[in-house]
Amino acid sequence: MEGLAIPLNHVLIVATLLFITGLAGIMFRRNIIFILMSLEVMLNSAGLAFVAAGTAWQQADGQVIFMLILTVAAAEVSVGLGLVLQIQRRFRTLDMDQATRLNS
Amino acid sequence: MLNHVWLIPLLPFVSSVLLILTAGRLPRKLVALFGAGSVGLAALLVLTIGWQFMQTQSPYSVHLWTWMNIGDFSPGFSFYVDQLTLVMLSIITGVGFLIHLYSTEFMEHDSDYSRYFAYMNMFVAAMLILVLADNLLLLYLGWEGVGVCSYLLVGFWYKDPANGAASRKAFVVTRVGDTAMALGLFLLFTELRTLEIQPMLEAADNTWAIGDAIPAIAALLLLGGAVGKSAQLPLHTWLPDAMAGPTPVSALIHAATMVTAGVYLIARTHGLFLLAPDVLMLVAVVGLATLLLAAFAALNQTDIKRILAYSTISQIGYMFLALGVGAWSAGIFHLMTHAFFKALLFLAAGAVIHCLHHEHNIFKMGGLRSKLPIVFWSFLVGSAALAALPFTSGFFSKDQILLSAFELHGTSTLLGAQIGPWLWAGGLLGALLTAIYSFRLVFIVFFGKAHTEPDKQPGWRMAGPLALLCVLSVIGGWFALPLASVFPTSSEHHVSHLIEGISIATPLIGVFIAWLIYYNKSRLFSGITDSSSGQALSRFWKSGWAIDTLYNSLIVSPYVAVANALRGEWLDKIYHGVVNVSVALHQLLSNSQTGKMRWYLTSMVFGLIVLVSIFGWVR
Repeated sequence: MEGLAIPLNHVLIVATLLFITGLAGIMFRRNIIFILMSLEVMLNSAGLAFVAAGTAWQQADGQVIFMLILTVAAAEVSVGLGLVLQIQRRFRTLDMDQATRLNS
Repeated sequence: MLNHVWLIPLLPFVSSVLLILTAGRLPRKLVALFGAGSVGLAALLVLTIGWQFMQTQSPYSVHLWTWMNIGDFSPGFSFYVDQLTLVMLSIITGVGFLIHLYSTEFMEHDSDYSRYFAYMNMFVAAMLILVLADNLLLLYLGWEGVGVCSYLLVGFWYKDPANGAASRKAFVVTRVGDTAMALGLFLLFTELRTLEIQPMLEAADNTWAIGDAIPAIAALLLLGGAVGKSAQLPLHTWLPDAMAGPTPVSALIHAATMVTAGVYLIARTHGLFLLAPDVLMLVAVVGLATLLLAAFAALNQTDIKRILAYSTISQIGYMFLALGVGAWSAGIFHLMTHAFFKALLFLAAGAVIHCLHHEHNIFKMGGLRSKLPIVFWSFLVGSAALAALPFTSGFFSKDQILLSAFELHGTSTLLGAQIGPWLWAGGLLGALLTAIYSFRLVFIVFFGKAHTEPDKQPGWRMAGPLALLCVLSVIGGWFALPLASVFPTSSEHHVSHLIEGISIATPLIGVFIAWLIYYNKSRLFSGITDSSSGQALSRFWKSGWAIDTLYNSLIVSPYVAVANALRGEWLDKIYHGVVNVSVALHQLLSNSQTGKMRWYLTSMVFGLIVLVSIFGWVR
């Protein structure tokens, strides 16, 4: 464990970069599948931060929370994919900008 | 039983509330049962209470609860019963029940059957409170209650804007009088510290001498209220327009009960008016002027209901004349007989309208004598009583009024002591005109050539009340009312047989003139009526002496002009500014509701960044 001492700050920077990547994906992508994938990236960036913090303070809590995040991500993906199917069926498109019924 | 007098107004009130809450979901038979039945029960109750009261003849009051308690002002919700109250109660519930029964058939095919009876019952309840009230504030509650119900019922067929305008006019014009009356109540309370009628009258008698200024002002203000409610000059213009409502409404509200509330008010507070002889003389003069003016107007109308409306104004003029000359019981007597025969006339006119496809113009009727025999006989009896032909009820009451006017020894300082014969002569002229216009109606509508065929006959629920009111219109004047203990006694009439003979002969002459003009079509009169000046005069009288035009150009138009001029006033701009700002903000924010999820997310992120940096910078 001694040799692999990556400073916490570096890990947090990677996690932030991951988070921003995911956020940018949601903001700029129009395909709903890519949006779901970007959500996964954001969840994982949070998970990475938890694991790194758990390692830095020698606590198991970080890994426990990561398990929770994995579960949430799995649940979210199952619901999300169901929604994707419905959207495809109703709107005949996966473009989020066109799948709207609100009159603006 | 006597203490259960509160049940009388409660019955129609409960029925009304029930009909309002069910909002027309009850079956029609049940609505009719509640609507007419509650008033019928109240009439029975009045009958039993009246019977018991007659055993003892002592006035009493029933205190239900204290309405409010502010300083030394604590008006009670309490009822006062004496002979005058009983007479009014009998008229309201008795005639009211007959009219309700009639309405069950008249309104049968109206889609708002339930709403109609809800209003009518509410009206009866308010009117009963008005006459039962033992203080002026409670009386005022009933007074305004009947005003509201009158407004609702005049505009009952609200889909026609003209009816709405008529009901607004009725409400606003009577409001002018009501405001005067409210001021009168304030004045009486500040001066006498009570509004309970009997103690107040005693206190007034002890505090003031005859001819003092304050009782005169108070009486004048009360007279203002009475003039508005009873459609006397100068506030009479609403009544002819109020005929826009259903005909039974006109019979109940605008003939038998509500419009006579002013007469009741003056009779109830007669002690106050006795302290102000000048105002009392004004009451007589107003009555006389109104009765003549309305009689001339009635002579030239073509709408059957407007004729009766002007005739009502004219007859209430007689009541005011009676009150003004101090013939209190004669005034109330005429109030009662008028309630019988005018309700009869209105209901008969309603039957004509009902059977003739809602035709109102008398010149499109004609020859109905053999086609609607029941209606014809009712109308004939009603007209005879209205014209005061001998041995009908109207004859006895009008005769008393005219004789009392003749014998008046003027106590007013404004007009001489010899005013009596002049009032009598004016009343006599009015009686002549009354006979002419009422039989003009009979001859035009029921004789001559038929113009419209009736498509149905009145059923028993319409014919029954007509028959009963016929009987009452004839025998209603044969018995004296037991009012001697309520009012100061007036001496027996001692007038020569000549005067009495003239009083009896005048209506007969009037009928004869009507026969000459409208049945025989004599050339003697057609020469006058067909001349251009005769036509112009007829048009002038038909418009009710052009008083509506006068008020329109004098009050309504300037008011509307001022209101329009003030429309762009600066104070309004503040409120308009608030409206404009919120509309602009709304449009600004509604632009952000695009329905695009990515846009929401982006704005959330930027918002978060801004918030985080603000908090970071602040710390």
